[in-house]
Amino acid sequence: MFRSLCCAVVLATAAVPASAQDTELSKLREALRQLQQQVQELEKRVQEAELKSGKPQEAAAPAPPPAAQPGRLGASNGFNPDISLILQGTVARSSLDPNTYQITGFAPSGGEVQPAPRGFGLGESELFITSNVDPYFRGQLSVALTPENEIEVEEASFQTLALGRGFTLKGGRFLSGIGYQNEIHQHAWDFQDAPLAYKAFLGGRLNDDGVQLRWLAPTELFVELGAELGRGRSFPATDNNRNGANAWSLFGHVGGDLGESIAWRSGLSYLGASPQDRGFTDLDTTQSFTGKSRTWIADFVLKWAPNGNASATSLKLQGEYFRREESGALAFDTSSGDYSSRQSGVYVQAVYQFMPRWRLGYRYDRLDHGTVSSGLGLTAQDAPLLFTDYNPTRNTAMVDWSLTEFSRFRLQYALDKSRPDLTDNQLLLQYILSLGAHGAHKF
Amino acid sequence: MKSIAAILLMLSASPAALAALNVFASTPEWGSLAKELGGDKANVYVASTALQDPHRIEARPSLIARARSADLMVCNGAQLEIGWLPLVQQQSGNPKIQPGQPGYFEAASAVALIERPSSVDRSLGDVHPDGNPHLHLDPRNVALVAAALGERMARLDAADAGVFRERTKAFLGRWNEAQARWQKLGAPLKGIGVVVYHKNLSYLLNWLGMQEVGALEPKPGLPPSTAHLNELLEQLRRTPAKAVVRAAYNEPRAAEWLAERAKMFAITIPYTVGGTDAAKDLFSLYDDTLARLLTIAK
Repeated sequence: MFRSLCCAVVLATAAVPASAQDTELSKLREALRQLQQQVQELEKRVQEAELKSGKPQEAAAPAPPPAAQPGRLGASNGFNPDISLILQGTVARSSLDPNTYQITGFAPSGGEVQPAPRGFGLGESELFITSNVDPYFRGQLSVALTPENEIEVEEASFQTLALGRGFTLKGGRFLSGIGYQNEIHQHAWDFQDAPLAYKAFLGGRLNDDGVQLRWLAPTELFVELGAELGRGRSFPATDNNRNGANAWSLFGHVGGDLGESIAWRSGLSYLGASPQDRGFTDLDTTQSFTGKSRTWIADFVLKWAPNGNASATSLKLQGEYFRREESGALAFDTSSGDYSSRQSGVYVQAVYQFMPRWRLGYRYDRLDHGTVSSGLGLTAQDAPLLFTDYNPTRNTAMVDWSLTEFSRFRLQYALDKSRPDLTDNQLLLQYILSLGAHGAHKF
Repeated sequence: MKSIAAILLMLSASPAALAALNVFASTPEWGSLAKELGGDKANVYVASTALQDPHRIEARPSLIARARSADLMVCNGAQLEIGWLPLVQQQSGNPKIQPGQPGYFEAASAVALIERPSSVDRSLGDVHPDGNPHLHLDPRNVALVAAALGERMARLDAADAGVFRERTKAFLGRWNEAQARWQKLGAPLKGIGVVVYHKNLSYLLNWLGMQEVGALEPKPGLPPSTAHLNELLEQLRRTPAKAVVRAAYNEPRAAEWLAERAKMFAITIPYTVGGTDAAKDLFSLYDDTLARLLTIAK
């Protein structure tokens, strides 16, 4: 390595035009000779060290290994952040057009809620760059390169490392700590798409711009409390272009172990927002909501593995319940009137690893359109999307195969009844590959 | 609200937490060492058991909660815990145990690692760029780690520094005696060839002068495949080995399959403290490991 470098330098020096000053050249050559000498010395030392460490079965009583600090010193790229990349894609068929997808009874959330595109589809390629900034902060960036050739900043945040007393402050754009699945990156989900409740209540997930403060209790039981203030750049909030926060949340989680085989976590979250002119179109009529939006989430996750060793078999149970109340005014076409709604949704899922590499999963989704009332006396004929007595459901089954922890292939089938009287049969094959630095996955 | 506060207070008042060094150890061997060196001046929590694969622990809520109050995090290092420990640290809200702080101790920093790859690429399997991280099965490494850890504990807790140094000295004395005994005891194992499951026994084989002739995993971290096992069987027919040796946390089926067909012993060793009933601490870990291996030499 060193030698080839030296050769390159020699060649480069030789190629310098004759006009270059002789003194400069001789200086360079002298420096080069010194460098070569140093390299030779180093090589000699390495050889000696190799001889010393030797092959143990040959040595009668090998000397104790030297106490050394192996570290990766010297390399200037030692400070480079950890970089990892997720590649994913699908091939899918569905009986209904994914582009017309709607969840009946619920205002469109504007997020990534559509099923996978028909035929071959590229998923989002996600790039993660993380590193400690200094002893006090850690920074993280995750960007999604979308199949439409756009770049989307999913997370760009800093987190404190040294506040102490169990406090951590986060700022920037980050996945909100509410619920359970919200903080899990999409490539680590157990199904290709989000639960219906996430699609209907959070537009797939919540990653607002703002700040988050978390506090971890000094107890053996895991007790975590958190609060967030945000810009409200996505559903259910709107960016209101005003001083102050447009969305705020509170969450608490508790968790622990039940013996060696079971670990669990459970929590309650609240998300408040005051959307203004949150609009969508139904039957070519524009509707928009202005008022207060309050969402509550109850979540639990439980993981089982014999003796806590998940390499052969394991089971993961997960479920979340969403409830939302909105009250304010609904503008319908050119008129406006009081509006209030009380809606809920739930999903439960189980993923069972029955042998190394193979997992089976089942998920049940159900949304309850609840009560929606309008001062304008709107009915299903005026606005069929919001004023309905239909409760969407979905059943999803999947099997996935992971050759290593860095590659996963998934076959997923869903019977999606998000639209009344229509059943969407969605079948897809998905690949998820992770390259680069070894990422750590959240519980 | 008041009742919640009362519950929190009750939960936080664990009696042993007072006036002792709170140690969070990632694996049983280093937990056991911290107990030896700390005595009743250290409160040691061990994050994993001998039946769990140290590469694949999850950053469970219970670990995060325990890391929150730790004064010292003792881990193996060399990227063994890369899939979970960084998350535990980041979520703990505890500045003391962050990398680079005195409250963060890596066993691997005290020893010279072997099998350091000249290049790393994921196509080679789950390789560790700094070298083989399973370093505790060479007693000379344990001694080096003990000296460094004892000093670190003394530095962190000035009030009990004398106790920690005294206990470290006493431990090293006993350890050197035991090591001389093990050296003699293990002499018949020298030169014996064995098949391992994962490359987690390299330091042990190195120390005893045994030879690793193959591994059940086709590449580090990949589960044994039928094709690879058949290849291994063919190789063993040409150049036989004495035994298949696996750690208690490694899955038994492949080892038994191969041992039966290649007419070898199938040996399970505790690998770390708690891996067998007999392996109660670091001393009995080595006693039991040697006793089990010596059945091959008979």
